[in-house]
Amino acid sequence: MTGSETDEDRKRREERELRAAWEVPTGWRYFSNVNNQIVGVWYTAASFFFFLFAGVLALIMRAQLAVPDNDLVPAGTYNQLYTLHGTMMMFLFAVPIFEAVAILILPQMLAARDLPFPRLSAFGFWCFLIGGVFVGGSILFDAAPDSGWFMYPPLATDTKQTGIGADIWLLGLSFIEIASIAAAVELIVGVLKCRPPGMRINLMPLYCWYVLIVGGMILFAFPPLIAGDILFEMQRLFDWPFFDVARGGDPVLWQHLFWIFGHPEVYIIFLPSIALLAMIVPTFAQRPILGYGWIVLAAVGTGFLSFGLWAHHMFTIGLPALSIGFFSAASEAVAIPTGVQIFVFVATLLAGRVIFAIPMLYATGALAIFTFGGLTGVMVALAPFDWQAHDSYFVVAHLHYTLIGGMFFPLIAGVYYFHPFITGRMLSERLGRWSFWLMFCGFNIAFLPMHITGLRGMPRRVYTYQEGLGWEGLNLVSTLGAFVMAAGILVLVVDVLRPGKPRAPRNPWNAGTLEWVAGDPSEPWGIRSVPLVSSRYPLWDQKNLIDDIDTGRFFLPGAPEGQRETMVTDVLDATPEQVLRVPGNSFKPMIAALLIGGSFIATTFHGWWLGLASGVAGVVAILVWLWTGTARIPEKPTTDAGMGIALPLYASGPTSVGWWAMFITMVGDGTAFLSLIFAYFYYWTVHAAFPPEGSALPDLALGMAAGIATLAAWALMLAARRLNATGRATATRLALALAALLALAGGGLLLAAPWNAGLSPTRHVYDAMVWVLAIWTALHNTAGALMQGYCLAGSLAGRLTATHDIDLRNVVLYWHFAALTMAATLAVLLLAPLTM
Amino acid sequence: MGATPDRRRRECSAGLVLGAGFLVSACGGPQSALDPAGEEAAEIAHLFWVMLAGAGLVWALVVGAAVFGGRFQRQPISDRAGLRLILWSGAFAPTLILAGLLIYGLRLMPVLRAAEPALRIEISAEQYWWRITYVGAGDVRIETANELRLPAGRAAELTLDSVDVIHSLWIPSLGGKMDMIPGRTNRLVLRPQRPGTYRGVCAEFCGTAHALMAFPVEVMPPADFDAWLVRQAAPATPGGDEAAFLANGCGGCHTVRGTAATGTIGPDLTHLAGRSSLGAGLMPNTPGNRRRFVADVERLKPGVRMPSFGMLAPAELDAILAYMESLR
Repeated sequence: MTGSETDEDRKRREERELRAAWEVPTGWRYFSNVNNQIVGVWYTAASFFFFLFAGVLALIMRAQLAVPDNDLVPAGTYNQLYTLHGTMMMFLFAVPIFEAVAILILPQMLAARDLPFPRLSAFGFWCFLIGGVFVGGSILFDAAPDSGWFMYPPLATDTKQTGIGADIWLLGLSFIEIASIAAAVELIVGVLKCRPPGMRINLMPLYCWYVLIVGGMILFAFPPLIAGDILFEMQRLFDWPFFDVARGGDPVLWQHLFWIFGHPEVYIIFLPSIALLAMIVPTFAQRPILGYGWIVLAAVGTGFLSFGLWAHHMFTIGLPALSIGFFSAASEAVAIPTGVQIFVFVATLLAGRVIFAIPMLYATGALAIFTFGGLTGVMVALAPFDWQAHDSYFVVAHLHYTLIGGMFFPLIAGVYYFHPFITGRMLSERLGRWSFWLMFCGFNIAFLPMHITGLRGMPRRVYTYQEGLGWEGLNLVSTLGAFVMAAGILVLVVDVLRPGKPRAPRNPWNAGTLEWVAGDPSEPWGIRSVPLVSSRYPLWDQKNLIDDIDTGRFFLPGAPEGQRETMVTDVLDATPEQVLRVPGNSFKPMIAALLIGGSFIATTFHGWWLGLASGVAGVVAILVWLWTGTARIPEKPTTDAGMGIALPLYASGPTSVGWWAMFITMVGDGTAFLSLIFAYFYYWTVHAAFPPEGSALPDLALGMAAGIATLAAWALMLAARRLNATGRATATRLALALAALLALAGGGLLLAAPWNAGLSPTRHVYDAMVWVLAIWTALHNTAGALMQGYCLAGSLAGRLTATHDIDLRNVVLYWHFAALTMAATLAVLLLAPLTM
Repeated sequence: MGATPDRRRRECSAGLVLGAGFLVSACGGPQSALDPAGEEAAEIAHLFWVMLAGAGLVWALVVGAAVFGGRFQRQPISDRAGLRLILWSGAFAPTLILAGLLIYGLRLMPVLRAAEPALRIEISAEQYWWRITYVGAGDVRIETANELRLPAGRAAELTLDSVDVIHSLWIPSLGGKMDMIPGRTNRLVLRPQRPGTYRGVCAEFCGTAHALMAFPVEVMPPADFDAWLVRQAAPATPGGDEAAFLANGCGGCHTVRGTAATGTIGPDLTHLAGRSSLGAGLMPNTPGNRRRFVADVERLKPGVRMPSFGMLAPAELDAILAYMESLR
């Protein structure tokens, strides 16, 4: 920098630097993009495509049900249609679209240039796309899952009655769930660590609160399903009897695991859309949200309560009256925080001067539909009424009212609201109205009569019905409504895709939050300079903000080293901590996703060796990606962050984003493990004796040896961290190598414990449960050993030093969890039988 | 427990008038929870109408407030008034309403599931039909299939299980549903009140022909029921020639009590011709339908385990059907 540089020169230079650093590649390299603005658009488009696909499936179903005794589609096809409709809407649309939209708008809302792990976003997207095409495409080959999106055993575990479709469901969705969890980790860390300086946690836009809450919910809700999927697939592939009554299994365990996931899932879908409303309502009321604290508290409350009401999906399985009473009460209670959130919006509208633009039209429609669905939810939460309504069309109506009112309409409000921010173009007011009224009327025509159809006795999931039961007229009306609604969606699609939409002015709605700083969306840098924030609505309250941002008066105004940089701040107070260099575009995430996906797909078709090879190659690809893209030692310890402060370029331990990501991931991992433990004790409660009389028990001595080896591996990791910090590289390497060997030995010994005792996993569910826990834990030791090897290699290559030890500290964190996992497994396998 | 089905039907009419735009057609039908014929169903229908009225009111208030605030309001309310609104309408009011509803609704539970077994019936679900066994005094077991008869005014205890996958038994006119899960036995007590013909279905998806798994329910005056049960207890009195029936293996799966047909894989056919429907509520039990069913069952009920016998010589089929006709 020369002293003679004028402000105008400086501005031009900085813009040139930023443009170069954040350049969007062209040609086939376009698909190596990892930046949130591009990946977010792909993600959104892909999940919307899956929505349209699943919607067409629904139209075919409605056509089949239009008249009694119809033979448009045969029973087998219909069962695939309804299963895939539910599966795709839930797993390929409702949850991913949350993550897609969040990836797209969250960084800009936080004035961050990208999320902390852009390549992880890209990896998640490619996993989602591959898994989604695999699951959705199966119907084109008449191979789709056909036993319902809930997959109840023993029907769905019966390989004679359900073909490859069930395996596609289990493995395809497990693969997607991993991607979902990856995105949740990314978003949580993004909200916690990538806020602009000054944006204390109580100044965050409400959307960020919701992302934080929902990310946390995903972390606790998806792992039980993954645990269930593991048990399920072990039964399907290897005949391990988890749900087979004859060998001690119990089909009801799956229902518990599925709904412990399935009910929070409803709120995982619902809350992000409410979050969109929480951004839209204040903007159009032209005032800050009224009751910020209330709505945050209510959202947190909803998140907590949603984990305590899963059994209301099981009111008819013959639960004890006490359980039914408890779950009825909890299900009713969740209406209270929901009521608070609704009235926060109503009060904000009443206390503002409302501009009733298209997003508000959708928001009002959403409220009308969702409130109705919420009220029928209060009805079905009462067990006696649910005994009639359960598994009838009343519930079909109820769930569509909640999901379409609580998720879809707010989402479309969000599409109209955020479209100018993403594309720089306005959607049409006129088409917006057409689309709204077609959808709103079509929806109600389709689903309102279903309440009656259900109470007049029509069960769900029937491919046909007889004449004379009083269902003909109602069903015909529903079918007509469905097509009207589809017409509305078509209008929306036309509006979004049509060329020649008018250019949007900057901040067209006069909103108050930072994402609207974005000017021309063709600029790839996200934000020109990262502002110092002192208000919940900085664009309303902080004078001259946009101009100061544009002229680069704030943090990170340029990219002098050509690196992609974003701010990392403290979790609570958002004091600047680090300038994070995020990795740039790369095909590695895509390649890793292809290989890991290939391993899941090959396993589905029983291609064991191909699956294994593809999986190992995938792990190698991930290691290469990590080795080349993360924990790089910067050329200088600190950099000028702008506004007169210098910040470190490298951080490790709890100030680093990587440490948080590891912590959060391991919380999810621990939840899956706890779900397996839950399964073990569930069997204990349903059996008079568990382990069953005369059953062999895992070898005590081998188990103890496994524990000691693992404990030693963990202790050596702690030692390695200390040795490394004091600069004793050789000792560090020795400790790491020894720790890896002990970890592997611990895993091997643990597997030997049931093996030596002759436990056969196909004999009884006890044996199977022991094996599952042992394998789970041994795999954690193996992964831990791999990480230790990675650190060892890093130390040898000079990328892990006394001051640059992020990998080592993350692996130590991993080992805390791994050691706990081993301890818990041994307690369950060795000690629990002694007390039973 | 003073709720009578007649009163509930009047409520249904009243509800119809109230929600004229909401309800597009009547509440009636052989399978309608809104046209109750039993005590449990009547209580639940009453609960529904109460909740519907309350829900309608709440919905109108909430949506009314939002539309007013969004479109018509000219003078913004103060922040203090807004916060009060959040607290009272969003938190306090729902808490009170829901607590009241919970007490009112759950009060029904012990009533609905109370035990007083006057008559015990074991129902076992199989893909895609119902094995029904009346357990009389002295543990006399009378097996039949795919048709449930109950005495009006008496409580009946149904014990429910399944031999293959999860099913669920639902007779909306009489009461709520109960799942039938392999390895468990569930109980359901019904108190039918109004004699008539109703319909039950499988409510849990159970495979390909789930949609075709139903059964007629006949609520009879108690004296008629007792007489019917005595007739059911008796062995078959076939008038036709059983040779074709047995020669084609029908007896390998079906029992006709008192004959050489002792199979237990499929439904008991001892008094088949006396039943009102065929194939688990698939179609009326007429001679023509019986012929279609035997000849073409795989097409009529996809996924069923019984093979079609359409390949039999017409005379052979005639003989089988004549035999079935005689199983009264």
